[in-house]
Amino acid sequence: MNKAAPLVEMRSISKHFGGVRALTDVHLDLFPGEVLGVLGHNGAGKSTLIKILAGAESANDGSIFVGGQEVTIADPNDARRFGIETIYQELALCGNLDAPANLFMGRELHKWGFLRQRAMKEEAEQALSRLNIRIPSPESEVRLMSGGQRQCISISRAVHFDTRILIMDEPTAALGMEESRKVMDLIEELKSQGLGIIWISHDIHEVYNFTDRITILSGGRNVITADTRKFLQDEIVSMIISGRPIEGSMPEGSSHAPA
Amino acid sequence: MLRLEGLKSRSLLWIVLVAVLMMAILSLSSPYFMTLGNMTNLMKQVSIVAILAAGQAVVIISGGIDLSVGSILALSAVTIGWLIENGVDPRIAAIAGLAMGTFAGWINGMVITRGRIPPFIATLGMLGIARGMALVITKGVSYQVLEPLFLFIGNSKIAGLPVPLYFVVVVFAAVMIMMHMTVFGRHVYAIGGDERVARLEGIPVDRQKVKIYTLSGFLAAVAAIVLVGRLAATPPSVAQGIELQAIAAVIIGGVSFVGGRGIVITALVGAFIMAMITNGLNILGISSFYQQVLIGIVIIVAVWLDNLKSTAR
Repeated sequence: MNKAAPLVEMRSISKHFGGVRALTDVHLDLFPGEVLGVLGHNGAGKSTLIKILAGAESANDGSIFVGGQEVTIADPNDARRFGIETIYQELALCGNLDAPANLFMGRELHKWGFLRQRAMKEEAEQALSRLNIRIPSPESEVRLMSGGQRQCISISRAVHFDTRILIMDEPTAALGMEESRKVMDLIEELKSQGLGIIWISHDIHEVYNFTDRITILSGGRNVITADTRKFLQDEIVSMIISGRPIEGSMPEGSSHAPA
Repeated sequence: MLRLEGLKSRSLLWIVLVAVLMMAILSLSSPYFMTLGNMTNLMKQVSIVAILAAGQAVVIISGGIDLSVGSILALSAVTIGWLIENGVDPRIAAIAGLAMGTFAGWINGMVITRGRIPPFIATLGMLGIARGMALVITKGVSYQVLEPLFLFIGNSKIAGLPVPLYFVVVVFAAVMIMMHMTVFGRHVYAIGGDERVARLEGIPVDRQKVKIYTLSGFLAAVAAIVLVGRLAATPPSVAQGIELQAIAAVIIGGVSFVGGRGIVITALVGAFIMAMITNGLNILGISSFYQQVLIGIVIIVAVWLDNLKSTAR
Protein backbone atom coordinates (compact mmCIF):
# COMPACT_ATOMS: atom_id res chain seq x y z
CA MET A 1 0.00 0.00 0.00
CA ASN A 2 1.39 3.38 -0.79
CA LYS A 3 1.46 6.04 1.85
CA ALA A 4 1.08 8.86 -0.64
CA ALA A 5 -1.80 11.31 -0.55
CA PRO A 6 -5.09 10.02 0.81
CA LEU A 7 -7.98 9.80 -1.63
CA VAL A 8 -10.30 11.17 0.98
CA GLU A 9 -9.79 12.86 4.27
CA MET A 10 -12.65 13.78 6.55
CA ARG A 11 -11.47 16.09 9.31
CA SER A 12 -13.21 16.98 12.55
CA ILE A 13 -16.66 16.05 11.29
CA SER A 14 -19.50 16.86 13.66
CA LYS A 15 -23.19 16.35 13.10
CA HIS A 16 -26.17 16.72 15.33
CA PHE A 17 -29.83 16.02 14.75
CA GLY A 18 -31.64 18.54 16.91
CA GLY A 19 -30.14 18.03 20.35
CA VAL A 20 -28.72 14.59 19.60
CA ARG A 21 -25.02 14.56 18.76
CA ALA A 22 -24.52 11.89 16.13
CA LEU A 23 -20.86 12.63 15.38
CA THR A 24 -18.27 14.55 17.37
CA ASP A 25 -14.94 15.51 15.86
CA VAL A 26 -14.61 12.37 13.75
CA HIS A 27 -11.69 11.76 11.38
CA LEU A 28 -11.46 9.34 8.51
CA ASP A 29 -8.94 8.83 5.75
CA LEU A 30 -8.79 6.46 2.84
CA PHE A 31 -5.83 5.59 0.59
CA PRO A 32 -5.78 4.24 -2.95
CA GLY A 33 -5.91 0.47 -3.23
CA GLU A 34 -7.07 -0.21 0.29
CA VAL A 35 -10.22 -1.44 1.95
CA LEU A 36 -11.09 0.46 5.09
CA GLY A 37 -13.59 -1.17 7.42
CA VAL A 38 -15.83 1.14 9.40
CA LEU A 39 -17.09 -0.60 12.50
CA GLY A 40 -19.30 0.21 15.44
CA HIS A 41 -22.55 -0.51 17.21
CA ASN A 42 -25.85 0.46 15.74
CA GLY A 43 -26.01 4.17 16.47
CA ALA A 44 -22.24 4.53 16.70
CA GLY A 45 -22.42 7.00 13.85
CA LYS A 46 -20.99 4.99 10.98
CA SER A 47 -24.02 5.38 8.73
CA THR A 48 -24.19 9.10 9.37
CA LEU A 49 -20.48 9.52 8.63
CA ILE A 50 -20.81 7.61 5.39
CA LYS A 51 -23.95 9.47 4.38
CA ILE A 52 -22.07 12.74 4.80
CA LEU A 53 -19.37 11.52 2.44
CA ALA A 54 -21.99 10.25 -0.03
CA GLY A 55 -23.87 13.55 0.01
CA ALA A 56 -27.04 12.14 1.54
CA GLU A 57 -26.51 14.19 4.72
CA SER A 58 -24.42 17.27 5.38
CA ALA A 59 -22.13 17.87 8.33
CA ASN A 60 -22.63 20.72 10.79
CA ASP A 61 -18.92 21.11 11.20
CA GLY A 62 -15.66 19.83 9.75
CA SER A 63 -14.15 19.57 6.31
CA ILE A 64 -13.75 17.01 3.56
CA PHE A 65 -10.73 16.76 1.27
CA VAL A 66 -10.77 14.75 -1.94
CA GLY A 67 -7.34 14.26 -3.51
CA GLY A 68 -5.96 17.00 -1.28
CA GLN A 69 -8.56 19.58 -2.31
CA GLU A 70 -11.18 20.78 0.11
CA VAL A 71 -14.64 20.10 -1.32
CA THR A 72 -18.27 20.73 -0.49
CA ILE A 73 -20.58 17.76 -0.90
CA ALA A 74 -24.16 18.95 -0.80
CA ASP A 75 -25.97 16.13 -2.58
CA PRO A 76 -25.34 12.70 -4.15
CA ASN A 77 -24.55 14.29 -7.50
CA ASP A 78 -21.76 16.36 -5.92
CA ALA A 79 -20.27 13.20 -4.44
CA ARG A 80 -20.44 11.53 -7.83
CA ARG A 81 -18.64 14.44 -9.44
CA PHE A 82 -15.72 13.80 -7.07
CA GLY A 83 -15.68 10.11 -8.00
CA ILE A 84 -17.43 8.94 -4.84
CA GLU A 85 -20.01 6.21 -5.39
CA THR A 86 -22.13 4.45 -2.82
CA ILE A 87 -23.61 0.99 -2.84
CA TYR A 88 -26.45 0.81 -0.41
CA GLN A 89 -27.50 -2.04 1.78
CA GLU A 90 -30.84 -2.39 0.11
CA LEU A 91 -30.35 -3.15 -3.53
CA ALA A 92 -30.73 0.21 -5.18
CA LEU A 93 -32.00 -0.83 -8.58
CA CYS A 94 -35.29 -0.32 -10.38
CA GLY A 95 -36.69 -3.83 -10.74
CA ASN A 96 -38.85 -2.87 -13.69
CA LEU A 97 -35.88 -1.84 -15.84
CA ASP A 98 -33.17 -3.90 -17.50
CA ALA A 99 -29.48 -3.94 -16.64
CA PRO A 100 -28.33 -1.24 -19.09
CA ALA A 101 -31.15 1.07 -17.99
CA ASN A 102 -30.14 0.61 -14.37
CA LEU A 103 -26.45 1.03 -15.11
CA PHE A 104 -27.01 4.36 -16.79
CA MET A 105 -29.84 5.54 -14.56
CA GLY A 106 -29.64 9.29 -14.13
CA ARG A 107 -26.70 9.41 -16.54
CA GLU A 108 -28.30 8.14 -19.73
CA LEU A 109 -26.36 8.48 -22.94
CA HIS A 110 -28.42 10.58 -25.28
CA LYS A 111 -28.45 12.78 -28.31
CA TRP A 112 -30.78 15.78 -28.05
CA GLY A 113 -32.74 13.99 -25.35
CA PHE A 114 -33.13 10.80 -27.37
CA LEU A 115 -31.72 7.70 -25.74
CA ARG A 116 -28.74 6.06 -27.40
CA GLN A 117 -30.06 2.63 -26.58
CA ARG A 118 -27.57 0.59 -28.56
CA ALA A 119 -24.56 2.48 -27.24
CA MET A 120 -25.79 2.02 -23.68
CA LYS A 121 -26.42 -1.67 -24.21
CA GLU A 122 -22.97 -2.24 -25.67
CA GLU A 123 -21.23 -0.25 -22.99
CA ALA A 124 -23.20 -2.02 -20.26
CA GLU A 125 -22.24 -5.40 -21.67
CA GLN A 126 -18.59 -4.36 -21.69
CA ALA A 127 -18.80 -3.02 -18.15
CA LEU A 128 -20.37 -6.22 -16.87
CA SER A 129 -17.96 -8.52 -18.68
CA ARG A 130 -14.97 -6.49 -17.49
CA LEU A 131 -15.96 -7.44 -13.95
CA ASN A 132 -16.73 -11.00 -15.00
CA ILE A 133 -20.41 -10.57 -14.29
CA ARG A 134 -22.75 -12.87 -16.10
CA ILE A 135 -26.44 -12.05 -16.32
CA PRO A 136 -29.14 -14.00 -18.16
CA SER A 137 -29.72 -11.38 -20.83
CA PRO A 138 -29.22 -7.63 -20.89
CA GLU A 139 -32.86 -7.23 -21.88
CA SER A 140 -34.39 -8.98 -18.90
CA GLU A 141 -35.76 -6.95 -16.02
CA VAL A 142 -33.46 -6.95 -13.02
CA ARG A 143 -36.25 -8.01 -10.63
CA LEU A 144 -36.06 -11.41 -12.30
CA MET A 145 -32.39 -11.76 -11.34
CA SER A 146 -30.84 -13.16 -8.16
CA GLY A 147 -29.70 -10.94 -5.31
CA GLY A 148 -26.09 -11.57 -6.23
CA GLN A 149 -26.59 -10.68 -9.87
CA ARG A 150 -28.35 -7.51 -8.85
CA GLN A 151 -25.65 -6.54 -6.37
CA CYS A 152 -23.06 -7.13 -9.10
CA ILE A 153 -24.99 -4.77 -11.38
CA SER A 154 -25.00 -2.19 -8.56
CA ILE A 155 -21.27 -2.54 -8.19
CA SER A 156 -20.58 -2.36 -11.88
CA ARG A 157 -22.75 0.76 -12.05
CA ALA A 158 -20.85 2.26 -9.13
CA VAL A 159 -17.45 1.72 -10.70
CA HIS A 160 -18.33 2.46 -14.29
CA PHE A 161 -18.15 6.24 -14.11
CA ASP A 162 -14.52 6.97 -13.30
CA THR A 163 -14.94 6.08 -9.65
CA ARG A 164 -12.06 6.43 -7.21
CA ILE A 165 -13.85 5.99 -3.92
CA LEU A 166 -16.40 3.27 -3.34
CA ILE A 167 -18.57 3.18 -0.24
CA MET A 168 -20.21 -0.16 0.47
CA ASP A 169 -22.87 -0.30 3.15
CA GLU A 170 -23.38 -3.94 4.15
CA PRO A 171 -22.81 -5.03 0.55
CA THR A 172 -23.31 -8.72 1.26
CA ALA A 173 -26.11 -8.50 3.82
CA ALA A 174 -28.80 -9.54 1.38
CA LEU A 175 -26.74 -12.26 -0.30
CA GLY A 176 -26.18 -15.98 0.04
CA MET A 177 -22.71 -17.42 0.65
CA GLU A 178 -21.87 -18.16 -2.95
CA GLU A 179 -23.06 -14.74 -4.01
CA SER A 180 -21.11 -13.01 -1.22
CA ARG A 181 -17.96 -14.73 -2.46
CA LYS A 182 -18.58 -13.38 -5.91
CA VAL A 183 -18.94 -9.85 -4.54
CA MET A 184 -15.72 -10.29 -2.51
CA ASP A 185 -13.83 -11.37 -5.62
CA LEU A 186 -15.11 -8.30 -7.35
CA ILE A 187 -13.83 -6.12 -4.54
CA GLU A 188 -10.35 -7.68 -4.70
CA GLU A 189 -10.37 -6.87 -8.40
CA LEU A 190 -11.38 -3.25 -7.79
CA LYS A 191 -8.77 -2.88 -5.07
CA SER A 192 -6.07 -3.99 -7.47
CA GLN A 193 -7.28 -1.29 -9.87
CA GLY A 194 -6.40 1.30 -7.22
CA LEU A 195 -9.83 2.21 -5.91
CA GLY A 196 -10.26 3.12 -2.28
CA ILE A 197 -13.07 1.17 -0.70
CA ILE A 198 -14.95 1.93 2.50
CA TRP A 199 -16.60 -1.18 3.84
CA ILE A 200 -19.33 -1.10 6.43
CA SER A 201 -20.38 -4.43 7.84
CA HIS A 202 -21.61 -6.16 10.97
CA ASP A 203 -19.95 -9.39 9.98
CA ILE A 204 -16.70 -9.21 11.92
CA HIS A 205 -15.31 -12.26 10.19
CA GLU A 206 -15.87 -10.69 6.80
CA VAL A 207 -14.34 -7.40 7.94
CA TYR A 208 -11.32 -9.16 9.39
CA ASN A 209 -10.61 -11.03 6.19
CA PHE A 210 -11.27 -8.30 3.70
CA THR A 211 -10.11 -5.02 5.15
CA ASP A 212 -6.61 -3.55 5.32
CA ARG A 213 -7.41 -1.06 8.02
CA ILE A 214 -10.28 -0.47 10.38
CA THR A 215 -11.84 2.57 11.97
CA ILE A 216 -13.95 1.94 15.03
CA LEU A 217 -16.59 4.45 16.09
CA SER A 218 -18.44 4.54 19.36
CA GLY A 219 -20.97 7.09 20.53
CA GLY A 220 -20.16 9.24 17.51
CA ARG A 221 -16.41 9.47 18.28
CA ASN A 222 -13.29 7.79 16.90
CA VAL A 223 -12.10 4.90 19.06
CA ILE A 224 -9.17 3.80 16.97
CA THR A 225 -7.91 3.69 13.40
CA ALA A 226 -5.34 0.99 12.80
CA ASP A 227 -4.18 -1.86 10.62
CA THR A 228 -6.61 -4.73 10.83
CA ARG A 229 -3.84 -7.32 11.25
CA LYS A 230 -2.57 -5.71 14.44
CA PHE A 231 -5.48 -7.25 16.25
CA LEU A 232 -7.20 -10.54 16.78
CA GLN A 233 -10.85 -10.71 15.89
CA ASP A 234 -11.79 -10.87 19.56
CA GLU A 235 -9.82 -7.74 20.32
CA ILE A 236 -11.68 -5.85 17.62
CA VAL A 237 -14.98 -7.07 18.99
CA SER A 238 -14.06 -5.95 22.50
CA MET A 239 -13.10 -2.49 21.24
CA ILE A 240 -16.44 -2.19 19.47
CA ILE A 241 -18.22 -3.16 22.66
CA SER A 242 -16.18 -1.16 25.17
CA GLY A 243 -15.59 1.85 22.95
CA ARG A 244 -11.98 2.06 24.22
CA PRO A 245 -8.78 1.44 22.26
CA ILE A 246 -6.43 -1.39 23.29
CA GLU A 247 -2.90 -2.40 22.27
CA GLY A 248 -2.87 -4.92 19.46
CA SER A 249 -1.47 -8.28 20.47
CA MET A 250 -0.35 -9.26 17.01
CA PRO A 251 3.23 -8.49 15.98
CA GLU A 252 3.43 -5.73 13.44
CA GLY A 253 4.58 -7.26 10.20
CA SER A 254 5.26 -5.45 6.99
CA SER A 255 2.28 -3.19 7.39
CA HIS A 256 2.71 0.44 8.31
CA ALA A 257 1.74 2.00 11.59
CA PRO A 258 -1.21 4.34 11.46
CA ALA A 259 -0.43 8.02 11.66
CA MET B 1 -43.31 -22.87 -23.40
CA LEU B 2 -40.85 -20.10 -24.10
CA ARG B 3 -43.09 -18.73 -26.80
CA LEU B 4 -46.04 -18.77 -24.42
CA GLU B 5 -44.03 -16.78 -21.90
CA GLY B 6 -43.26 -14.22 -24.57
CA LEU B 7 -46.91 -14.02 -25.47
CA LYS B 8 -47.90 -13.41 -21.87
CA SER B 9 -45.66 -10.41 -21.54
CA ARG B 10 -47.00 -8.79 -24.70
CA SER B 11 -49.77 -6.77 -23.18
CA LEU B 12 -50.47 -5.00 -26.47
CA LEU B 13 -51.12 -8.24 -28.29
CA TRP B 14 -53.57 -9.42 -25.65
CA ILE B 15 -55.55 -6.26 -25.49
CA VAL B 16 -55.75 -6.00 -29.28
CA LEU B 17 -57.03 -9.58 -29.40
CA VAL B 18 -59.76 -8.69 -26.91
CA ALA B 19 -60.71 -5.62 -28.95
CA VAL B 20 -60.83 -7.59 -32.21
CA LEU B 21 -62.94 -10.28 -30.55
CA MET B 22 -65.38 -7.64 -29.34
CA MET B 23 -65.56 -6.13 -32.80
CA ALA B 24 -66.32 -9.54 -34.29
CA ILE B 25 -69.04 -10.26 -31.76
CA LEU B 26 -70.65 -6.86 -32.19
CA SER B 27 -70.60 -6.98 -35.97
CA LEU B 28 -72.19 -10.43 -35.89
CA SER B 29 -74.89 -9.28 -33.48
CA SER B 30 -75.80 -6.16 -35.40
CA PRO B 31 -75.47 -5.25 -39.08
CA TYR B 32 -75.21 -1.58 -38.11
CA PHE B 33 -72.04 -1.90 -36.08
CA MET B 34 -69.59 -2.22 -38.95
CA THR B 35 -71.12 0.54 -41.09
CA LEU B 36 -68.99 3.48 -42.13
CA GLY B 37 -71.29 5.88 -40.33
CA ASN B 38 -71.09 4.03 -37.05
CA MET B 39 -67.33 3.56 -37.29
CA THR B 40 -66.84 7.29 -37.88
CA ASN B 41 -69.08 7.95 -34.93
CA LEU B 42 -67.11 5.54 -32.77
CA MET B 43 -63.82 7.19 -33.66
CA LYS B 44 -65.19 10.60 -32.81
CA GLN B 45 -66.55 9.29 -29.53
CA VAL B 46 -63.28 7.70 -28.60
CA SER B 47 -61.09 10.68 -29.47
CA ILE B 48 -61.57 12.82 -26.34
CA VAL B 49 -61.07 9.98 -23.86
CA ALA B 50 -58.17 8.61 -25.91
CA ILE B 51 -56.26 11.92 -25.85
CA LEU B 52 -56.79 12.19 -22.10
CA ALA B 53 -55.79 8.56 -21.66
CA ALA B 54 -52.42 9.19 -23.35
CA GLY B 55 -51.56 11.75 -20.68
CA GLN B 56 -53.06 9.64 -17.93
CA ALA B 57 -50.96 6.65 -19.01
CA VAL B 58 -47.77 8.68 -18.56
CA VAL B 59 -48.94 9.84 -15.14
CA ILE B 60 -49.90 6.33 -14.02
CA ILE B 61 -46.63 4.81 -15.31
CA SER B 62 -44.83 7.38 -13.15
CA GLY B 63 -46.74 6.00 -10.16
CA GLY B 64 -49.13 8.96 -9.89
CA ILE B 65 -52.68 9.83 -10.87
CA ASP B 66 -54.35 12.88 -12.37
CA LEU B 67 -57.98 13.34 -11.37
CA SER B 68 -58.17 16.88 -12.68
CA VAL B 69 -58.07 16.32 -16.46
CA GLY B 70 -61.86 16.63 -16.94
CA SER B 71 -61.95 19.95 -15.10
CA ILE B 72 -58.83 21.22 -16.85
CA LEU B 73 -60.48 20.29 -20.14
CA ALA B 74 -63.53 22.35 -19.19
CA LEU B 75 -61.39 25.30 -18.06
CA SER B 76 -59.49 25.27 -21.35
CA ALA B 77 -62.73 24.99 -23.30
CA VAL B 78 -64.37 27.96 -21.61
CA THR B 79 -61.16 29.97 -21.99
CA ILE B 80 -61.44 29.40 -25.73
CA GLY B 81 -65.18 30.16 -25.73
CA TRP B 82 -64.84 33.32 -23.65
CA LEU B 83 -62.02 34.70 -25.82
CA ILE B 84 -63.92 34.03 -29.04
CA GLU B 85 -67.06 35.57 -27.53
CA ASN B 86 -64.94 38.67 -26.88
CA GLY B 87 -63.78 38.89 -30.45
CA VAL B 88 -60.37 37.29 -30.18
CA ASP B 89 -58.97 35.50 -33.22
CA PRO B 90 -59.89 31.76 -32.91
CA ARG B 91 -56.28 30.68 -33.46
CA ILE B 92 -55.12 32.85 -30.58
CA ALA B 93 -58.05 31.59 -28.50
CA ALA B 94 -56.95 28.01 -29.20
CA ILE B 95 -53.38 28.80 -28.16
CA ALA B 96 -54.66 30.51 -25.01
CA GLY B 97 -56.75 27.43 -24.24
CA LEU B 98 -53.67 25.24 -24.60
CA ALA B 99 -51.70 27.61 -22.38
CA MET B 100 -54.42 27.52 -19.72
CA GLY B 101 -54.48 23.71 -19.60
CA THR B 102 -50.69 23.53 -19.57
CA PHE B 103 -50.56 26.07 -16.74
CA ALA B 104 -53.11 24.15 -14.67
CA GLY B 105 -51.08 20.97 -15.17
CA TRP B 106 -47.92 22.81 -14.15
CA ILE B 107 -49.64 23.96 -10.96
CA ASN B 108 -50.50 20.30 -10.25
CA GLY B 109 -46.85 19.37 -10.67
CA MET B 110 -45.63 22.20 -8.44
CA VAL B 111 -48.14 21.38 -5.69
CA ILE B 112 -47.15 17.71 -5.80
CA THR B 113 -43.38 18.29 -5.76
CA ARG B 114 -42.91 21.53 -3.81
CA GLY B 115 -45.83 21.05 -1.45
CA ARG B 116 -45.20 17.31 -0.97
CA ILE B 117 -48.91 16.68 -1.54
CA PRO B 118 -49.82 13.21 -2.84
CA PRO B 119 -50.97 13.32 -6.50
CA PHE B 120 -54.42 12.01 -5.61
CA ILE B 121 -55.03 14.92 -3.22
CA ALA B 122 -53.36 17.61 -5.33
CA THR B 123 -55.28 16.73 -8.48
CA LEU B 124 -58.51 16.23 -6.51
CA GLY B 125 -58.04 19.83 -5.39
CA MET B 126 -57.41 20.92 -8.97
CA LEU B 127 -60.55 19.03 -10.05
CA GLY B 128 -62.55 21.45 -7.92
CA ILE B 129 -60.46 24.54 -8.64
CA ALA B 130 -60.42 24.24 -12.44
CA ARG B 131 -64.13 23.39 -12.65
CA GLY B 132 -64.94 26.26 -10.33
CA MET B 133 -62.81 28.66 -12.39
CA ALA B 134 -64.64 27.53 -15.53
CA LEU B 135 -67.95 28.44 -13.86
CA VAL B 136 -66.55 31.74 -12.58
CA ILE B 137 -65.29 32.77 -16.03
CA THR B 138 -68.57 31.95 -17.75
CA LYS B 139 -70.91 32.76 -14.84
CA GLY B 140 -72.39 29.38 -15.68
CA VAL B 141 -73.42 30.11 -19.27
CA SER B 142 -72.30 28.25 -22.37
CA TYR B 143 -70.76 30.18 -25.26
CA GLN B 144 -71.47 29.23 -28.84
CA VAL B 145 -68.42 28.63 -31.00
CA LEU B 146 -69.27 28.79 -34.70
CA GLU B 147 -65.76 29.59 -35.92
CA PRO B 148 -64.88 27.59 -39.05
CA LEU B 149 -61.55 26.52 -37.49
CA PHE B 150 -63.30 24.66 -34.67
CA LEU B 151 -66.13 23.34 -36.82
CA PHE B 152 -63.50 21.92 -39.14
CA ILE B 153 -61.71 20.20 -36.25
CA GLY B 154 -64.95 18.79 -34.88
CA ASN B 155 -66.82 17.73 -37.97
CA SER B 156 -64.69 17.47 -41.09
CA LYS B 157 -62.87 14.57 -42.62
CA ILE B 158 -59.47 14.33 -44.21
CA ALA B 159 -59.01 11.43 -46.61
CA GLY B 160 -62.24 9.89 -45.35
CA LEU B 161 -61.25 9.91 -41.70
CA PRO B 162 -62.64 12.31 -39.10
CA VAL B 163 -60.21 15.07 -38.04
CA PRO B 164 -60.31 14.16 -34.30
CA LEU B 165 -58.77 10.82 -35.25
CA TYR B 166 -55.70 12.64 -36.58
CA PHE B 167 -55.38 14.40 -33.24
CA VAL B 168 -55.44 11.01 -31.54
CA VAL B 169 -52.82 9.57 -33.88
CA VAL B 170 -50.46 12.53 -33.53
CA VAL B 171 -50.86 12.63 -29.74
CA PHE B 172 -50.16 8.93 -29.32
CA ALA B 173 -47.24 8.96 -31.74
CA ALA B 174 -45.67 11.88 -29.89
CA VAL B 175 -46.27 10.44 -26.42
CA MET B 176 -44.96 7.01 -27.44
CA ILE B 177 -41.77 8.49 -28.88
CA MET B 178 -41.37 10.49 -25.69
CA MET B 179 -41.91 7.50 -23.42
CA HIS B 180 -39.89 4.88 -25.24
CA MET B 181 -37.11 6.79 -26.93
CA THR B 182 -36.15 9.73 -24.74
CA VAL B 183 -34.34 10.28 -21.47
CA PHE B 184 -37.56 11.79 -20.08
CA GLY B 185 -39.49 8.58 -20.77
CA ARG B 186 -36.78 6.45 -19.22
CA HIS B 187 -36.96 8.62 -16.11
CA VAL B 188 -40.75 8.26 -15.97
CA TYR B 189 -40.37 4.47 -15.89
CA ALA B 190 -37.62 4.69 -13.26
CA ILE B 191 -39.67 7.00 -11.04
CA GLY B 192 -42.66 4.67 -11.36
CA GLY B 193 -40.48 1.63 -10.69
CA ASP B 194 -38.86 2.96 -7.52
CA GLU B 195 -38.90 6.65 -6.79
CA ARG B 196 -36.38 6.40 -3.96
CA VAL B 197 -33.86 4.62 -6.17
CA ALA B 198 -34.43 7.14 -8.96
CA ARG B 199 -33.67 9.98 -6.57
CA LEU B 200 -30.61 8.21 -5.15
CA GLU B 201 -29.26 7.67 -8.63
CA GLY B 202 -29.47 11.34 -9.44
CA ILE B 203 -32.63 11.50 -11.55
CA PRO B 204 -34.19 14.97 -11.11
CA VAL B 205 -37.40 13.38 -9.86
CA ASP B 206 -39.22 16.59 -8.97
CA ARG B 207 -38.40 18.32 -12.23
CA GLN B 208 -39.57 15.29 -14.23
CA LYS B 209 -42.79 15.05 -12.20
CA VAL B 210 -43.60 18.67 -12.95
CA LYS B 211 -43.12 17.87 -16.64
CA ILE B 212 -45.37 14.80 -16.35
CA TYR B 213 -48.33 16.70 -14.88
CA THR B 214 -47.75 19.65 -17.19
CA LEU B 215 -47.95 17.24 -20.13
CA SER B 216 -51.20 15.80 -18.78
CA GLY B 217 -52.66 19.31 -18.46
CA PHE B 218 -51.52 20.18 -21.98
CA LEU B 219 -53.17 17.05 -23.39
CA ALA B 220 -56.39 17.88 -21.53
CA ALA B 221 -56.32 21.22 -23.36
CA VAL B 222 -55.75 19.45 -26.69
CA ALA B 223 -58.82 17.34 -25.92
CA ALA B 224 -60.66 20.59 -25.13
CA ILE B 225 -59.96 21.92 -28.63
CA VAL B 226 -61.42 18.77 -30.18
CA LEU B 227 -64.41 18.88 -27.85
CA VAL B 228 -65.15 22.55 -28.57
CA GLY B 229 -65.15 21.65 -32.25
CA ARG B 230 -67.52 18.75 -31.76
CA LEU B 231 -69.99 20.59 -29.52
CA ALA B 232 -69.69 24.00 -31.23
CA ALA B 233 -70.14 25.32 -27.71
CA THR B 234 -68.32 25.51 -24.39
CA PRO B 235 -70.64 24.55 -21.54
CA PRO B 236 -68.64 24.89 -18.27
CA SER B 237 -70.10 21.63 -16.98
CA VAL B 238 -68.70 19.68 -19.93
CA ALA B 239 -66.73 16.44 -19.52
CA GLN B 240 -67.61 15.81 -15.90
CA GLY B 241 -66.28 12.48 -14.72
CA ILE B 242 -64.34 11.95 -17.93
CA GLU B 243 -61.11 11.60 -15.92
CA LEU B 244 -62.45 8.30 -14.59
CA GLN B 245 -63.05 7.10 -18.15
CA ALA B 246 -59.48 8.02 -19.06
CA ILE B 247 -58.14 6.19 -16.00
CA ALA B 248 -60.33 3.20 -16.84
CA ALA B 249 -59.00 3.15 -20.42
CA VAL B 250 -55.44 3.08 -19.11
CA ILE B 251 -56.21 0.31 -16.63
CA ILE B 252 -58.15 -1.81 -19.13
CA GLY B 253 -55.16 -1.41 -21.45
CA GLY B 254 -53.07 -3.20 -18.84
CA VAL B 255 -50.93 -0.37 -17.47
CA SER B 256 -50.22 -1.25 -13.86
CA PHE B 257 -51.50 1.10 -11.20
CA VAL B 258 -48.39 0.37 -9.17
CA GLY B 259 -46.36 2.31 -11.73
CA GLY B 260 -43.31 1.53 -13.80
CA ARG B 261 -44.92 -0.95 -16.15
CA GLY B 262 -47.10 -0.95 -19.21
CA ILE B 263 -46.91 0.83 -22.53
CA VAL B 264 -48.80 3.91 -23.62
CA ILE B 265 -50.40 2.52 -26.80
CA THR B 266 -52.50 0.00 -24.84
CA ALA B 267 -54.40 2.94 -23.34
CA LEU B 268 -55.67 3.75 -26.84
CA VAL B 269 -56.96 0.20 -27.25
CA GLY B 270 -58.47 0.44 -23.77
CA ALA B 271 -60.31 3.59 -24.77
CA PHE B 272 -61.56 1.83 -27.91
CA ILE B 273 -62.86 -1.11 -25.89
CA MET B 274 -64.79 1.22 -23.59
CA ALA B 275 -66.25 3.12 -26.54
CA MET B 276 -67.20 -0.15 -28.21
CA ILE B 277 -69.07 -1.30 -25.13
CA THR B 278 -71.08 1.92 -25.05
CA ASN B 279 -71.61 2.04 -28.79
CA GLY B 280 -72.35 -1.69 -29.13
CA LEU B 281 -74.93 -1.74 -26.36
CA ASN B 282 -76.60 1.35 -27.82
CA ILE B 283 -76.91 -0.35 -31.18
CA LEU B 284 -78.25 -3.51 -29.58
CA GLY B 285 -80.83 -1.37 -27.78
CA ILE B 286 -79.62 -2.27 -24.28
CA SER B 287 -80.28 0.32 -21.60
CA SER B 288 -77.42 2.69 -20.90
CA PHE B 289 -77.77 1.80 -17.22
CA TYR B 290 -76.28 -1.59 -17.98
CA GLN B 291 -73.35 0.02 -19.79
CA GLN B 292 -71.99 1.41 -16.57
CA VAL B 293 -72.33 -1.96 -14.89
CA LEU B 294 -70.51 -3.66 -17.72
CA ILE B 295 -67.67 -1.13 -17.86
CA GLY B 296 -67.24 -1.52 -14.12
CA ILE B 297 -66.97 -5.28 -14.50
CA VAL B 298 -64.54 -4.94 -17.41
CA ILE B 299 -62.20 -2.75 -15.34
CA ILE B 300 -62.07 -5.27 -12.51
CA VAL B 301 -61.69 -8.25 -14.83
CA ALA B 302 -58.89 -6.50 -16.75
CA VAL B 303 -56.85 -5.98 -13.59
CA TRP B 304 -57.65 -9.48 -12.37
CA LEU B 305 -56.36 -10.97 -15.66
CA ASP B 306 -53.27 -8.81 -15.35
CA ASN B 307 -52.63 -10.18 -11.86
CA LEU B 308 -53.01 -13.72 -13.18
CA LYS B 309 -50.43 -12.99 -15.84
CA SER B 310 -47.89 -11.61 -13.40
CA THR B 311 -48.31 -14.38 -10.83
CA ALA B 312 -47.98 -16.97 -13.59
CA ARG B 313 -44.34 -15.96 -14.04
